[in-house]
Amino acid sequence: MQERELVCERVREMTRRYFLGVGGSGLGMAALAQLLAADDAPAVNPLAPKPPHFPATARACIFIFLEGGPSQIDLFDPKPKLNALDGKPLPESLTKNVRFAFIKKESAVLLGSRRTFAKHGQSGMEFSDLLPNLARCADDLLMVRSMHTDQFNHHPAQLVLHCGRPFFGLPTAGAWLTYGLGSESQNLPGYVVLSAGRGTSGGASLWQSGFLPSVYAGVVFRSQGEPVLNLTNPPGLPPELQRRGLDALREMNDARYRQVHDPEIASRLASYELAFRMQAAAPELADLAGESRSTLEAYGVGRPDPPIAGPQRGGGPGQYNAFATNCLLARRLVERGVRFVSLFHASWDHHSNLDAELTQNCGMADQPVAALIQDLKQRGLLESTLVVWAGEFGRTPLGENRQGYAKVTGRDHHPSAFTIWMAGGGVRGGTTYGETDEIGWTITRDPVHVNDFQATLLRLFGLDHLKLTHRFQALDARLTGVGGHVIRDWIS
Amino acid sequence: MRRTGPTAAGLAVILLVAVPRVPGGQRQGGAQAPIDFERDVRPILAENCLGCHSAGRAAGGLKLTDRDAALAPTKKGRPAIVPGDPDASELLRRVRSTDPAVRMPMAREPLEPRAIETLRRWVAEGVVWPRHWAFEPVRKVDPPAPRASARVRNDIDRFILVKLEAKGIAPSPEADRYTLIRRLYYDLLGLPPPVEEVDAFAGDARPDAYERLVDRLLASPHFGERWGRHWLDLARYADSDGYEKDRARPDAYVYRDWVIDAINRDLPFDRFTVEQVAGDLLPDATSRSMIGTAFNRQTLTNEEGGVDQEEFRVNAVIDRTATLGTAWLGLTVGCARCHDHKYDPLPQADYYRLFAFFNDADEVLTEVPTGAKAPELDRRLASLQRALTARYAELAPGLLAWEADEHRRIMATPSTPLAEEPLEVLELASAAGVGTADRLGSDLCVRAGPERDRYTLTARAAAPEVTGFKLWVLPDEALPARGPGRGPDGGFVLTGFRAYVVHEGAADEPVELHRAQADYAERGFEAEAVLSGKDGGRSGWAVGGKLGQPHWIQFRTRAPLRLDGSARLRIVLDQQFGEGRALGRFHLAALTGNSRGLHIPAKDVADGLEMYPEKRVAQTRRRLLDYYVSEVVRDERARALRQEIAALLKEHGARTMEVRTIGTPLLARKTHVLDRGDFLSPRQEVEPGIPAILGSLPTHSGNLNRLDLARWLVSPENPLTARVAVNHVWNLLFRRGLVRSLDDFGLRGERPTHPELLDWLAGQFRNELGWSRKALIRSIVTSSTYRQASGYRPELVEVDPENRLLARQNRIRVESEIVRDLQLAASGLLARRIGGPSVFPPMPEDLAKLSYANSFTWKNSDGEDRYRRGMYTFFKRTIPHPNLMTFDSPDANVSCVARTVSNTPLQALMLLNNETHVEAAQALACRLLARSGDDAARLGHAMRVCVSRPATEREIASLRGVLDTARRYYAAHRDEAKSLLGRHAPPTVPAEEAAAWIAAVRVVLNLDEFITRE
Repeated sequence: MQERELVCERVREMTRRYFLGVGGSGLGMAALAQLLAADDAPAVNPLAPKPPHFPATARACIFIFLEGGPSQIDLFDPKPKLNALDGKPLPESLTKNVRFAFIKKESAVLLGSRRTFAKHGQSGMEFSDLLPNLARCADDLLMVRSMHTDQFNHHPAQLVLHCGRPFFGLPTAGAWLTYGLGSESQNLPGYVVLSAGRGTSGGASLWQSGFLPSVYAGVVFRSQGEPVLNLTNPPGLPPELQRRGLDALREMNDARYRQVHDPEIASRLASYELAFRMQAAAPELADLAGESRSTLEAYGVGRPDPPIAGPQRGGGPGQYNAFATNCLLARRLVERGVRFVSLFHASWDHHSNLDAELTQNCGMADQPVAALIQDLKQRGLLESTLVVWAGEFGRTPLGENRQGYAKVTGRDHHPSAFTIWMAGGGVRGGTTYGETDEIGWTITRDPVHVNDFQATLLRLFGLDHLKLTHRFQALDARLTGVGGHVIRDWIS
Repeated sequence: MRRTGPTAAGLAVILLVAVPRVPGGQRQGGAQAPIDFERDVRPILAENCLGCHSAGRAAGGLKLTDRDAALAPTKKGRPAIVPGDPDASELLRRVRSTDPAVRMPMAREPLEPRAIETLRRWVAEGVVWPRHWAFEPVRKVDPPAPRASARVRNDIDRFILVKLEAKGIAPSPEADRYTLIRRLYYDLLGLPPPVEEVDAFAGDARPDAYERLVDRLLASPHFGERWGRHWLDLARYADSDGYEKDRARPDAYVYRDWVIDAINRDLPFDRFTVEQVAGDLLPDATSRSMIGTAFNRQTLTNEEGGVDQEEFRVNAVIDRTATLGTAWLGLTVGCARCHDHKYDPLPQADYYRLFAFFNDADEVLTEVPTGAKAPELDRRLASLQRALTARYAELAPGLLAWEADEHRRIMATPSTPLAEEPLEVLELASAAGVGTADRLGSDLCVRAGPERDRYTLTARAAAPEVTGFKLWVLPDEALPARGPGRGPDGGFVLTGFRAYVVHEGAADEPVELHRAQADYAERGFEAEAVLSGKDGGRSGWAVGGKLGQPHWIQFRTRAPLRLDGSARLRIVLDQQFGEGRALGRFHLAALTGNSRGLHIPAKDVADGLEMYPEKRVAQTRRRLLDYYVSEVVRDERARALRQEIAALLKEHGARTMEVRTIGTPLLARKTHVLDRGDFLSPRQEVEPGIPAILGSLPTHSGNLNRLDLARWLVSPENPLTARVAVNHVWNLLFRRGLVRSLDDFGLRGERPTHPELLDWLAGQFRNELGWSRKALIRSIVTSSTYRQASGYRPELVEVDPENRLLARQNRIRVESEIVRDLQLAASGLLARRIGGPSVFPPMPEDLAKLSYANSFTWKNSDGEDRYRRGMYTFFKRTIPHPNLMTFDSPDANVSCVARTVSNTPLQALMLLNNETHVEAAQALACRLLARSGDDAARLGHAMRVCVSRPATEREIASLRGVLDTARRYYAAHRDEAKSLLGRHAPPTVPAEEAAAWIAAVRVVLNLDEFITRE
């Protein structure tokens, strides 16, 4: 349909609804409001569900972002040869055209992993000893060991992972999905962000809608205070007065609508009603009283942080509990029809003290993430819910010998080969995809650019990454920039 | 279809309008109007063909960018289009084909028969192909004469009315006076009109009442705030760096205030442009015009560790080039960074010619006087600064060579950690001859002695190579107040530290020491004083304030000291301060290792030199420059200039601050085409220049620079700037531009809805109005077109659903900052002070923590700053204030030419419950309760304060319903009433009554009408 007709249709529709609601009484208005709220016309509710391009296998996404660049060599991609070469330099031919953030090429040497790896599940997928619980989900996981990205600094690489390109002002994958498919929740935003511990380098640029309207931006659910900003009535104002005020507001806005017929007024009416429903729904969401004790324990809700030796650069106190709670909230959000849930945890940037801090972080993440997958599976949600685990890049097989470092105890940023995994949402579980060379330096089979991953993610949701576009600066911009190939082998 | 963007929508409408003029199948078009390329053909090409047949891609060798290119032979060796002969034209054969392997557009739906017929006729009529309208000079247009001349208030109306009349549409009536005054206040000041002014205007029978109001508002200092903020959107203005660390830019507001001031004094747009693009290069540059260049310092800075600074310098240049395109040219020039522009005639090399202007410009700090400035000081200071920069430029080659040498030298030294090794003390002597030391393991302790003393130690080092000495001072029960000194309070002052290598039978060889550093120092007794020998040897290091605890001081040798096993050292510790302030218990150690860059006295300089050049951030580069000038070459000319600047500032009693601006680089930089936009892949060199499609710059003796570019931007030779600027203003006053694709005047952008009006306005702006922004705005807002009512007209829904013809005004939901301003103003809380450092209105603490490593603390502003206008809210790029973002503030990462306008539940929650907006309700309730009158009068007043019109009876009834319900509720819940009052409890009214009013006025503050310019 041409835009012009769309607009005509929209205005006719508004007029029709207006006359339906007419009658002048409060009752008529209530009927109108209900109609508007339940409306599936995008003109009124931009979050109304929209059909995908193809049949979809995924309906919701939980995107677990481990900010900083988790070490694939110590978690997912075992390299016995690297251990054997520990302390040896790399041939210059390998490092010649490589840029590093901190490593000084002249004197860098390989750093073996102290982890032990074992095969798990029927698929024999390999995990290090730091992820014993996740390892039990092996047959549900699609592990991709051949990821690569274009950026080797945090914020730019985070933009690539979330928005497809290292530029500002672009929508994130969550915004694109919400734009393309709308939200199935009547009472909650379509795209929710949960964060445990300290903030990420990318900040709000990792959940903003860029050039898409802000209705598609992620809404931050907070771990303290009210779950959504401004959700709570001012102190001393009870829900019944809020409702009474909203009724009067509706009457008055409606009267204005009848004078000027601007559909934006109808839109505003609808958004006030959704806001009111959110006021009830969001606290209900955050209230875990209805969860069984075994569920809470499975996720590890209420776990204290273990004591750790040495200076803590991680997420700060309470992150074990916060992360576990977020994983459980993610399931509750998906159950309630939320399209995209981002789980952020910063501090996987282990330039030094790798073993101690990675142990600390995995102790935090392993149990709740595994519990989330199992819980989703048990509830029949996993097949339609894509769970993603990713950092913005990986870490070097070379140890980091940064200026001023007395000892080498960590790894630098490595954009040219890293590992992510996915589960559910129609991906082929029990699959390990792609290979890296014997020290994890380069990809030797099935390289996957971040844009390919994004194209495939959209495909799981029934969207063609070439067609999900928005005209911006004279171009039909898309999540995958100018790249992206759907990887059929990932789809079951 | 729902994903069709606005641009495509516009073209679709043009097509639909055009189609009836082309009856299908009618081959002999004798009576037909000829094909209009712009209206009929270009949209077809843009939507269906240019994706592949552009300058950059030219699939099959066919370029459909202009007539010459389109008629050139393709790869097949013959042209695809034969003028006058459609049937011999490959183009027609392809679009008509039914074979998907042949048919164009490839792999897409076939063209509509009407479109094919249009192409056929176009070819048959000889392929008329005018140049793209936007690249043609601005035409001189005479305003047309509409029939309804009574509706004409000024020439703008003529253009609008003629088009409406052609469609048989009557314009809307003039809005009522209440709406008009509110519209003007919102548009020109972003504030609600005071009730008294509304009354006065409503009752002003003078024929020019409206114009008088306009003039008064244009003269208001708040006009500069309102229109300054619009410009700041284009300037991607923010108070922080962006990217990971996102450091604050405490000087950023100076540019923001410059913009407000420039707009208030109506700095003509040409000068406004030149100062921002090249204010530093103006022959009459002042520090004020240099501040203008901060327009281009609003780019992001990435100081994330390990970042390649050259990469991000190039990124900033790319952004400056793109922003020039957006803000002045209305072209998406950034598209040509990686390849020739897909749609516009903008080859990649042209892009890099434009890029070259900014590539040869650097980020600098300019010292600017704060507060009231004498123009003379301004000029003098700018000229001295220029001389200093020029001197630096002369020294730059030497600087680079020095940096490279030192870096090489440092990297050739192995990197070893700094370690502490014991020194075996063989002998300790006190100059005063009193008190020998107790040996406490390896520590020494002198328990009593005279006023002043000097200890001389003879020691042997175990290590073969010593790179410094570390002196520990330690507490001991035997000393006064536990020491570590012998002074009455346990203090000491170490006034000198010298070391010698002892040679048998020869004089002792002094060891050069530097880089004194202590774990702690009392104020005025810093570590450096020990080696300086200042103050007659009485100054030195002390630890007052932290006595009774261990401390250390260390000194590094200027070169590693190589010692054989038997070598002995003599170390002299001077304590000449007096008052018995000598060392009590202490311990001396040798330092070994970490000898990289040891020869450089300043550690930060050595560290900077050790870094790879591309990893040095601006601050480091600047430190190296300063050090090189003052310590390495000790340049007299630079020193003299610096002194002169200091003296000048002193003479004027001027305080200064450093402001981020743009200046010329120390070393001229060459520009290369970057392959695929990658800064690591330079290709052929290019000279600065403007895109060929827009002409060329007159050459002069020197190289073309930014000043040439800036002057060209506002010259009559440039067809774009004036059009883009008036379109921008039009957009802000009508919600849509005359060219709706505000940032794209190129081939794929939309055609103007009123091309003649656009050119007429552009000509007026540039010539008759002398680039005066105020005059331009005045001419638009005094037109009948602007003054129309904004209500939708159901009868026009089919004819003109998007209101392109402007048969009415548009309703505009105001911007995020103005939402805040309106509410605070209505409640009486608004602080109207203009300018100054950015402020921190309340924000939940945990939000600020979501930025990098909890590095940022948002300290809520107190007092007046709590209630400043929204535009003064500190804008931290990684965590912008949620109240701004909820109402669609741009993220300030790239230039924003038009904000999106969304309508979300989060906005509803914010206006209902956010601290600031609840406060507004509380304060407004107080205001009303302070007035006499009954409920209806007070509620009516609330409506007049917020929406500037009398309330209807039904509105009063609705509000009274809330008021009465709330009264009943709070009568039974007095405690809750008290908690709702907040900071603004009225003194004489019972809490229940005040709370009920808060509940009621909250409804008024949430009205759609209040936050909408109608």
